[in-house]
Amino acid sequence: MWKNNLKKVISALILVLLVGAVGYFVYKSEPRLNKNFENERAFFKDHPFRLGLDLSGGSHLVYLADVSGIPSGDVEDSMSALRDVIEKRVNLFGVSEAIVQVQGGGFISGGKNKLIVDLPGITDTEKAKKIIGQTPLLEFKVESRKTEPQKVKVGADGKLELGTIDLNPQFQSTDLTGKYLKKATLDFNPTTREPIINLQFDDAGAKLFEKITGENIGKPLAIFLDGQSILDTTGEGIIDSKDLYAPIVQAKLSGGQASITGKSTPLQARELVRNLNYGALPVPITNISTNTIGASLGENAINAGVRAAVIGFLLVVIFLIVWYRLPGLVASLSLSVFVILMLALFKLIPVTLTAAGIAGFIISIGIAVDANVLIFERVKEELKMGRTVTDALSVGFSRAWLAIRDSNTSNIITAIILFWFGTSLIKGFALTLGIGVVVSMFSAITVTRVFLRVVNFGDDGKMARFLFSSGISK
Amino acid sequence: MFIIKHKKIFIGASIFLIAISLFALFVFGLKVGIDFKGGAITEVEYKTTVPSQEDLDAEFKKLDLGSVLLQPTGEKGYIVKSRDITEEEHALIIKTLSFSGKNELTETNFNSIGPSVGKELTRKAIIAVILVSLAIIFFIAFAFRKVSDPVSSWRYGFIAIVTLLHDVIIPVGLFVFLSRYYGAELDTLFVVAVLTILGLSVSDTIVIFDRIRENLNENILNKKEVDFHKVVGKSLEQSYVRSISTSLTVILVLLALFFFGPVSTKYFALMLATGMFFGSYSSIFLSSTLLVYVFEYQEKNKDKKKND
Repeated sequence: MWKNNLKKVISALILVLLVGAVGYFVYKSEPRLNKNFENERAFFKDHPFRLGLDLSGGSHLVYLADVSGIPSGDVEDSMSALRDVIEKRVNLFGVSEAIVQVQGGGFISGGKNKLIVDLPGITDTEKAKKIIGQTPLLEFKVESRKTEPQKVKVGADGKLELGTIDLNPQFQSTDLTGKYLKKATLDFNPTTREPIINLQFDDAGAKLFEKITGENIGKPLAIFLDGQSILDTTGEGIIDSKDLYAPIVQAKLSGGQASITGKSTPLQARELVRNLNYGALPVPITNISTNTIGASLGENAINAGVRAAVIGFLLVVIFLIVWYRLPGLVASLSLSVFVILMLALFKLIPVTLTAAGIAGFIISIGIAVDANVLIFERVKEELKMGRTVTDALSVGFSRAWLAIRDSNTSNIITAIILFWFGTSLIKGFALTLGIGVVVSMFSAITVTRVFLRVVNFGDDGKMARFLFSSGISK
Repeated sequence: MFIIKHKKIFIGASIFLIAISLFALFVFGLKVGIDFKGGAITEVEYKTTVPSQEDLDAEFKKLDLGSVLLQPTGEKGYIVKSRDITEEEHALIIKTLSFSGKNELTETNFNSIGPSVGKELTRKAIIAVILVSLAIIFFIAFAFRKVSDPVSSWRYGFIAIVTLLHDVIIPVGLFVFLSRYYGAELDTLFVVAVLTILGLSVSDTIVIFDRIRENLNENILNKKEVDFHKVVGKSLEQSYVRSISTSLTVILVLLALFFFGPVSTKYFALMLATGMFFGSYSSIFLSSTLLVYVFEYQEKNKDKKKND
């Protein structure tokens, strides 16, 4: 008998140790709790709670991509290229943990391709949108072959009006645009230290480039971004139509590689490379929805969420102990295990926590008790029918299983569908609720059983029967 | 079991509440939030002096932004609701609110949703509602596939769906009230609340039906002829404490969420709490009484056939 009891105690101890270790991880990896967080090991530092924009503050921008100019087979590639470009742009400006996602044009989203950008910490919408930028169109233009004379106005005094004359030589567009530019990189000449800008075109771009350079040897090839030069060549600080960046074509270039050399400063060259990459946006996008949440609002939501969770947890524990006595105390322990496991899972998966996600978690605390309640009610009945405490416990657990399974299934179904179809807000809720329901089945059944076995010493006296009963029964 | 005896009272109460809710819904309707119809919300908080609503209203009338709704929020804040706006219009709103920088303020929240996004979300919400409903109907059909005597399994499913509707319509009725008097809006969380109530309430009903099924099977095994009313009554007695306990714990956490939780989930919590309450009510007082009604109706028909 005592050997049996020892086994039970040991298994409970192992469980307590395991949960303790998980709890230690949750504490260590949380900067809000652990004052020494900065000096922790990388494993802990890599696992803080991941907060959604509504909690951390930041901007959520949705863009509609216009894929009408792209053959349907290439849409997916173009969209992922678009994501890469935007990601680069966002990272260039030092936004940490930005998320750039592409949402495909499936049936559910009504056939629209969208780009979703989350910028934590950026609450200035104007700045945020600038980071993403409007669709800059990068064009390569050659000198116009049509020698059409410029139209000028003659003023009332009989002289030409100067403002009407375009001082730039006229250029005409070529088929070569930013669409064909894979990337631009910056190099430096090892001897002269002069900057060299390398252009890399894709296959179709390489052919176009070869044709254009072949036809224009010795002539300028102008590079325009949104109809304007990409470099402030006049040096007055404004990029306008007076600026012109047009390197002279030296030879017919094949292979899709080109380099631009010249006497530009490294700063200018860097700006140029950035703008070239900037212009390589494969799909035009328009902003269709913006959401900016101030940091203080998020902070308030976190504090309120934590407060609600703690108060909700305590209320449930009080109810359990008052109504279910000893088993209620054990169920409270299981519920604590449940909370610790959930928090650890949020960190490890990781789950992006939003206000709705926290609500899902809090509700799952309430639901987690359900399985225990089913078991305890069953145990109580079996006790009434005259079984011993030990028998009642084992019959109670096995009989309650079917009801536990059925009652949780519908919640899991709802959570899965909500997750599948939801926006990020719904996803957060569905995920925490769904994980909660699954984890609660484990904590309420396995954990409760291990602990209950320990507190049941096989005593079947009045006191034991009282402690294992519940509610208003004697 | 007294519930079965007084079934008319309980069913009557439910019908009354459903009628009020539906009446409110169709007469007053729900305010649709910008999630679904598109539009913009700009929320600011003033640092020191808060301008009066009349002054701000007058300023906004001068702008070309269509109808703009101004609501005070918190101690020093305002919410501006308008159609979906561009970045320039957004800057204009901020400028107007601050009287060109005279009244210092911080923008706490800005949300602008284009009409196409709203349409898409509406579509998604409708699909989600349909799918969850279908999945739950299939789940009920599956759970009760083996019960057939004396009431056939599809009737259990039918009753479960009726109680589900009951559990959803009453919280929606409450939401109409919140929408009318407290400015609550039909948004994504509302849809999530409805779907979650579906999931939670069906599980409650199913546990009680499970008990009825178990007791019926036991009687068949023991070859006992027991009155169907008594079986239902006994099953109810065995499971109502559980039903109340579970709903109570969920309601407790939801009330904590309502009173102490984030502002954004307050109405959501209240709606779910109501849903849980009526979900529990319907599982105990409605589903079983309806089941007995269906049984009695069947018996009557049988007698009629015999007599014919």
